[in-house]
Amino acid sequence: MVMKTFELKSGMATREACGRTLVELGRENPNIVVLDADLSKSTLTHLFAQAFPERFFSCGIAEANMVGVAAGMASSGKIPFCASFSCFLLNKSFEQLRVAVAYPGVNVKVVGTHSGISIGEDGPSQMSVEDVSLACSLAGFTVLAPADEVSTAALVRAAAAHVGPVFIRAGRPKVPVVYTPDQRFEIGKAVEVIPGADLTFVANGLLVAEAVRAALALEKEGISARVLDFHTVKPLDKEAVGRAAAQTGAIVVAEEHLVDGGLGVRVAQAVAEQHPCPMEFVGLQDTYAESGTTEGLLDKYGLIARDLIAAARKVLARKR
Amino acid sequence: MMPKHSLEELEQTAKRVRRAIVQMTGEAKSGHPGGSLSAVEILVTLYFGGVMRHDPANAHWPDRDRFILSKGHGCPALYAVLGEAGYTPKDQLNTLRRLGSIYQGHPDKRFIPALEASTGSLGQGLSIGLGMALAARLDGRPTRVYVVLGDGEIQEGQIWEAAMFGAHHKVDNLVAIVDYNKLQLDGFVKDIMELEPLVPKWLAFGWHAIELDGHNLAALEAAFAEAANTKGQPTVIIAHTIKGKGVSFMENNPKFHGVAPTQDEVAQALKELE
Repeated sequence: MVMKTFELKSGMATREACGRTLVELGRENPNIVVLDADLSKSTLTHLFAQAFPERFFSCGIAEANMVGVAAGMASSGKIPFCASFSCFLLNKSFEQLRVAVAYPGVNVKVVGTHSGISIGEDGPSQMSVEDVSLACSLAGFTVLAPADEVSTAALVRAAAAHVGPVFIRAGRPKVPVVYTPDQRFEIGKAVEVIPGADLTFVANGLLVAEAVRAALALEKEGISARVLDFHTVKPLDKEAVGRAAAQTGAIVVAEEHLVDGGLGVRVAQAVAEQHPCPMEFVGLQDTYAESGTTEGLLDKYGLIARDLIAAARKVLARKR
Repeated sequence: MMPKHSLEELEQTAKRVRRAIVQMTGEAKSGHPGGSLSAVEILVTLYFGGVMRHDPANAHWPDRDRFILSKGHGCPALYAVLGEAGYTPKDQLNTLRRLGSIYQGHPDKRFIPALEASTGSLGQGLSIGLGMALAARLDGRPTRVYVVLGDGEIQEGQIWEAAMFGAHHKVDNLVAIVDYNKLQLDGFVKDIMELEPLVPKWLAFGWHAIELDGHNLAALEAAFAEAANTKGQPTVIIAHTIKGKGVSFMENNPKFHGVAPTQDEVAQALKELE
């Protein structure tokens, strides 16, 4: 048996990859505009503001209005990216996202940074743990949760090229680089990061790197785990789910999100439709987190490779 | 482009629009006749008084002026005006609110592409209009944007977020018109949530404000001209109106916020609007 080799190098935060890509897009397309609600130094849209001040709109701490303004701009041919912390964008302006963006289907891109609990010390009021669920419940929305700087850059570009509303979920901490620069990404197509036959890890965001670590550890025990990066939560790559269920017969879904309503339930739905098999779910279990370091929080709330390995053992036991 | 109509023509158009509002809500047996009737002169002046640059034969002309009925429940008035202008078929107005009708319960641009925004959830139209006005500014277009707000609607916090934003970004190619008919669903505005002092509020938010009788066509024309000449800040027109205007038993009657006239009431109203 050939041992899998996989190197996770240190990389930048997905919010930074997003901010940098927006500058490149701004250079290429004069219709790209950016709006921010007094968090541009954190969302890193200030990079765009410095490069294209006339196409950057400071909205103050008023997310609802920001989303409405973006909707109006999109109706007039602009491609607006509106950014804030994910929790504020999705929760405070959900009604605007529903009626002004999703319902007429206007071409607004919603960039939610500081997603999940990995923001660390700021605590639960700033932690976005239901944004994927909310975004998926907006009809016609595309929902993206990239894992690293390579996939973020590619998917922010794909979002700009896509006609229709998109939610892009980005994180605060630096995350490992999962991909080589030549990796291709397509909205709605999961990426097989590691092949495997005994079970499948389905993950997105920073849980992809944890799934890679878990798969490499399991391999030492002779367990072959497939790792799929579901950078697109909606539309879901049901074919990849169906193949994983049929070929490996056991699935562990891992996400930095409440297990209620996120990637896990969507994958479970696709499994139920196609090829029912045992599943386990790694994520936040009906709770809010607390202040702490990124590493300390991910450890305490069960979002590291150790937890994926434990879930893998459970799902394999059920498979037999 | 739609030519400017005379004041007599506007008065006649306003009367036809009122008749259509009464008939279509009566036929639908639901809808919001009161707040539709209060906004008639505002809409008629915008669409036919030489205020808005628009062309029914070319609804998506990029340099057109844009209109948003933020108080979406007043859509019978807008539908009647769109029908009068030739954007949509007049002979289908009485299909209002029926399954498959383009005349949906609240304005839905999936059904009427000439609509600039789908509204109905109060408080959102001003923000959308500001986005359109800024896009026009970025593109160097002459477009002006007109947003009609309900008085009850401006109790929504998003309106005041938008008010700050419009003044901060000096959006002088947008005009907000408050249809101040003093009534909302649950009763009189002053009893539900007082708006006064209203003009000082908008002034404090950095807007140019004009107060007028919202049923006076000449005053409306003059105010829109004044707004067009106001640079460096957006304009709000506080239009004092009468809910149910033109139908004696509907005027100032909270019942007709969201209740349609009966067959007998339609007949009586049409007699008054002859």
